[in-house]
Amino acid sequence: MKVMSYFMGAAVSAMMVTSAFAADDKPALIYDMGGKFDKSFNEAAYNGAELFKKKSGIDYRDFEIQSEAQREQALRRFAKKGFSPIVVTGFSYANAVKTVAGEFPKTKFAIIDMVVDKPNVKSVVFKEHEGSYLVGMLAMMKSKTGKVGFVGGMGIPLIQKFACGYVQGAKAVKADAVIFQNMTGNTGAAWNNPVKGGELAKSQISQGADVIYHAAGGTGLGVLQAAADAGKYGIGVDSNQNYLHPGKVLTSMLKRVDTAVYNVFEDARSGQWKSGVTALGLKEGGVGYSLDKYNKDLITPEMKTAVEAAKAKIISGEIKVHDYMSDSKCPVK
Amino acid sequence: MSLKTTNELDQGANADQEVPIIELVGINKSFGAVQANKDICLRVARGSIHGIVGENGAGKSTMMSILYGFYQADSGIIKINGQQVNITDSRAAIAAGIGMVHQHFMLVENFTVTENIVLGAEEGPWLGPSLAKARRVLADLAKEYELEVDPDALISDLSVGFQQRVEILKALYRGADILILDEPTGVLTPSEADHLFRIFRQLKSQGKTIILITHKLREIMAITDTVSVMRQGAMTAQVKTSETTPAQLAELMVGRAILLDVEKDEAHPGDVILKVNNLTVRDSKKVSRVKDVSLQVRKGEIVGIAGVAGNGQSELLEVIAGIRKAQKGSVEISGHVLDVERSIGSQKMRDLKVSHVPEDRHKKGLVMDFQEWENSILGFQNNVENAGFAIIRQRQVLDRAQAQMVRFDIRPNDTRLKAANFSGGNQQKIVLAREIECEPDLLLVGQPTRGVDIGAIEFIHKQVIAMRDAGKSVLLVSVELEEILSLSDRILVMFDGKIVGERRADETDEKELGLLMAGMETKQAAEAQL
Amino acid sequence: MNKALPRWADLILIPLLNLSLALFVSGLVVLFIGENPFEAVKVLIEGALGSQEAIGFTLYYATNFIFTGLAVAIAFHAGLFNIGGEGQAMVAGIGVAVAALGLGQTHWAVVFLAATFMGGLFGAVWAAIPGYLQAKRGSHVVITTIMFNFIASSLSVYLLVHVMKVEGSMVPESETFAASGHLPFVSDMFAVLGVTISKTPLNISFFLALAASLGVWVLVWRTKLGYAMRTVGFSQGAAVYAGISPARITIIAMALSGALAGLMAVNEIAGAQHRLLLGFTAGYGFVGIAVALMGRAHPVGIFFAAILFGMLYQGGGELAFEIPTITRDMIVVIQGLVILFTGAMEYMFVPPLIRIFGLFKSKSKSANQQGAL
Repeated sequence: MKVMSYFMGAAVSAMMVTSAFAADDKPALIYDMGGKFDKSFNEAAYNGAELFKKKSGIDYRDFEIQSEAQREQALRRFAKKGFSPIVVTGFSYANAVKTVAGEFPKTKFAIIDMVVDKPNVKSVVFKEHEGSYLVGMLAMMKSKTGKVGFVGGMGIPLIQKFACGYVQGAKAVKADAVIFQNMTGNTGAAWNNPVKGGELAKSQISQGADVIYHAAGGTGLGVLQAAADAGKYGIGVDSNQNYLHPGKVLTSMLKRVDTAVYNVFEDARSGQWKSGVTALGLKEGGVGYSLDKYNKDLITPEMKTAVEAAKAKIISGEIKVHDYMSDSKCPVK
Repeated sequence: MSLKTTNELDQGANADQEVPIIELVGINKSFGAVQANKDICLRVARGSIHGIVGENGAGKSTMMSILYGFYQADSGIIKINGQQVNITDSRAAIAAGIGMVHQHFMLVENFTVTENIVLGAEEGPWLGPSLAKARRVLADLAKEYELEVDPDALISDLSVGFQQRVEILKALYRGADILILDEPTGVLTPSEADHLFRIFRQLKSQGKTIILITHKLREIMAITDTVSVMRQGAMTAQVKTSETTPAQLAELMVGRAILLDVEKDEAHPGDVILKVNNLTVRDSKKVSRVKDVSLQVRKGEIVGIAGVAGNGQSELLEVIAGIRKAQKGSVEISGHVLDVERSIGSQKMRDLKVSHVPEDRHKKGLVMDFQEWENSILGFQNNVENAGFAIIRQRQVLDRAQAQMVRFDIRPNDTRLKAANFSGGNQQKIVLAREIECEPDLLLVGQPTRGVDIGAIEFIHKQVIAMRDAGKSVLLVSVELEEILSLSDRILVMFDGKIVGERRADETDEKELGLLMAGMETKQAAEAQL
Repeated sequence: MNKALPRWADLILIPLLNLSLALFVSGLVVLFIGENPFEAVKVLIEGALGSQEAIGFTLYYATNFIFTGLAVAIAFHAGLFNIGGEGQAMVAGIGVAVAALGLGQTHWAVVFLAATFMGGLFGAVWAAIPGYLQAKRGSHVVITTIMFNFIASSLSVYLLVHVMKVEGSMVPESETFAASGHLPFVSDMFAVLGVTISKTPLNISFFLALAASLGVWVLVWRTKLGYAMRTVGFSQGAAVYAGISPARITIIAMALSGALAGLMAVNEIAGAQHRLLLGFTAGYGFVGIAVALMGRAHPVGIFFAAILFGMLYQGGGELAFEIPTITRDMIVVIQGLVILFTGAMEYMFVPPLIRIFGLFKSKSKSANQQGAL
């Protein structure tokens, strides 16, 4: 919450500084197949856009696709009607954005969670490994057994990136830390299988893990539940999930998709638009860990000090967290 | 306007008679372009047995359906006991005292007799009192009308004759004063039919009125008091039975003189063409339908298999036609021994010049949704004159079908008409034309005249005899004893899957065959005759 | 079916009435959420037919529906209800992808032929198995084909995740086919002729669909096989009597049905997406059932029904786009209403119409008779 309000504040001040010129800006947002209200990724994007609307008074248009063919179609349709910037959520849009951005070189496009190399495309990715590093540290500092767990959703590089950062953070605290890792599945269904998530968590707990981090969307709800039921700690992901099981969720690794959407809209409005890759990490406030009334008793001052120190070092470059996706490898297990 | 006139005339003519229990005045009913009932007038006296005859499609069933509330007449009046009534559905018909026994029984197979009788006439939410009452009433009815049925038997365990009794009881239980029966003897053995007629007389003596729809003139003559004849939707005559003859009725039905007796010369049997040896057939439930049957058919003779439906004759015919497997035995056709324990297929049989007019033309002999020309090659669809490697030679087939329709007088003369839109007789002619014109050595015929009008029966019988006279063989299965007697040269009687008797057609009669069909041994049969 | 109705009424009037009713009820739904239904219809029709791009997309969707509609229809003529078009197309997609990946470097024409063959073959095999199970084991195809949809889905997930996925990619998709193997878009074909039209996914597969329609017509109504299939479809008893093996015809008809459903993958995978991806069938297989019903299992009817559903898909997307309060879920509701009224309740208008026609006829008839007198 604090982080959130920090961003809001920043946004407001940014708006104050730059005068609201481009009144003919028509921002648009296209969701992925999951749809607008998926309680996760797409909904976060929607929240960001809504925030923009509230702050700037500029309305935006959005669209939910129904079939694969509509990805390109929707992009082209918005572009044709003069919408800009057009934001799409999810890596599945890569091909479509590449094609349509070529056809409409003057329109601004943005894609979240994926890099598309075009002069008029802004790619917003997150340094999930940095945020995961911090929660990995917290997990290991909290752990009594020296064993922690990770439950991923779909076994894709993006989630390996979460896992790798987490392991690095845990090992930084304790070199001989044991980290159990499981992926739920290989398809989209893996994002929404809380039963299996709970089973994976239980199996990790039975092996001695006492803190479990999930990066598994809806599946993670089962992970957090299982941890709470067993009297262990869970770690949430993407949005702040501390409130789900007060006192049982150690923290949440925040990934600010809403901020990303908001910033894209806002940059275009204020004339600060830049294409290219934007990697939102700790420094940019794109990732982080949550600290609120639900977990303030769980994070001791020592833990907080250590994590904040590490965060500062990451920002300054003193600590380099390895990005799995840079070479598809993780230096630690 | 004309309607009123008829009414007045009728009333004038019958002013001296008592009020009829049923009176139809000027009933008209059309289905699309077809006028099924044209200005029908009918009077039935209380306590009489009234027969209605007519060819298929003459409008008998439509008229009765109007009376029973299945259809609404386009115009006309129905009076019951002199009171004009409006019969909107079967409930209203029951309330007016009309009961109907359909050709196909409307019984729930896995309910008991009592349950079936109560069904639809339950009183209150609890079944118990209704059942108890039904049981009481049933016992009374059974005594009164010779309608004994075990009230606790399952319908599926009852014979057809008993099922029919349940239908009659059902109607009586609902307080019917008027009973309409649609072709009630079609499924009965002669002795069962006799019993039914005894029940009719009993009912009549108790003041009930019976309307009997049939195409069997013999029954009309035997049981009815008055008879109405219908032709092409109109009532052509209403006469006292005692004042008419079968020939006269047939003429009224068809509109021309009809040869009721088949004329044929002496048979000159030649070599054996079909030999069936010790054939045993079991159905899918492992019940033996044909038990160790052996028979022979020679060139130039018609062999008839008599028997009540369901005694194995259908299965026997299907095995010889190649569309059913046998469990034991062999079939030999023109010297070719066939392993009938494996499926042979009708193509193989057709190659051996066996053709087959199946018992059920709706389900087997024809595809009802196919046009006539398509049906004219059913079973011959792979012959070179009908199709090339893949494509059907439609032009040629159409031309041949057209010519065939003329030769067999199939009406309407339209090769593009769906089989379903032909009358029963013309449907049968389509099958017969196809199966005769392929010039078979052996013709298997099952129920050739079931649901066929008299005019067509005459034609079909002539065709079959012509086959024989041309030196071909015919194996005929029919449940119509009259037909078996008049067509066959030699008669085999089947009962319970076995051949229980063989007679020369000119040395036996209906009575003897009837007893054989009912399973009585020859000796007993002889005794019974005495 | 409807003896009492003239053919034109059965083929044209009934579908039109059903469609109007569906649109009317949809209009009520639109009105209920506070939008102007006339505006919505206008947007829908303009969105489906109002521009080159709109028409292109409409026809592109229609291509899928023609294939899946024909698939349902051909099985229907043999008395079979194939509701596994979805799974058959999915498996066919694997075949198409194999063809396009393997031969992508050659020429699109080679890919086109190979993809058509492989798609058809894979779809046929996938449908022939339920056909075999029904013919020889008595397991009803309605049950087995829908089961096979799940198996097909799992199979393609396995292949896309473990075998065909691009190394390091996050999306379970095959690699994109070589550009030389992409089937020509209709816009490209027009470009060759010197005419520029909007770029849409409409590709050469559309013409394959038209050819398939003609092929189905010839097969069903002109060949021995079609004769045998229809005989089995109308009456198994008559088929046995005629020496036609219902078991054999069941398997063949299912295979043909599966092959047609499989050709949908040519349009989607080789023609439009240029890569194999999960869920490309997007329910087209099921909509094919409605298309076949509405088209009375006749290729001409199916063509028009497919165009209608193409319009609903394309126009529906446009509607959700233009009137944001009409969400994509509302579009599904409208599509569902059309399927309900044109498919499931298609005979609702028949009895009253028969009555009306009967009145009309008997009047004209009696008039004729009077004239004759």
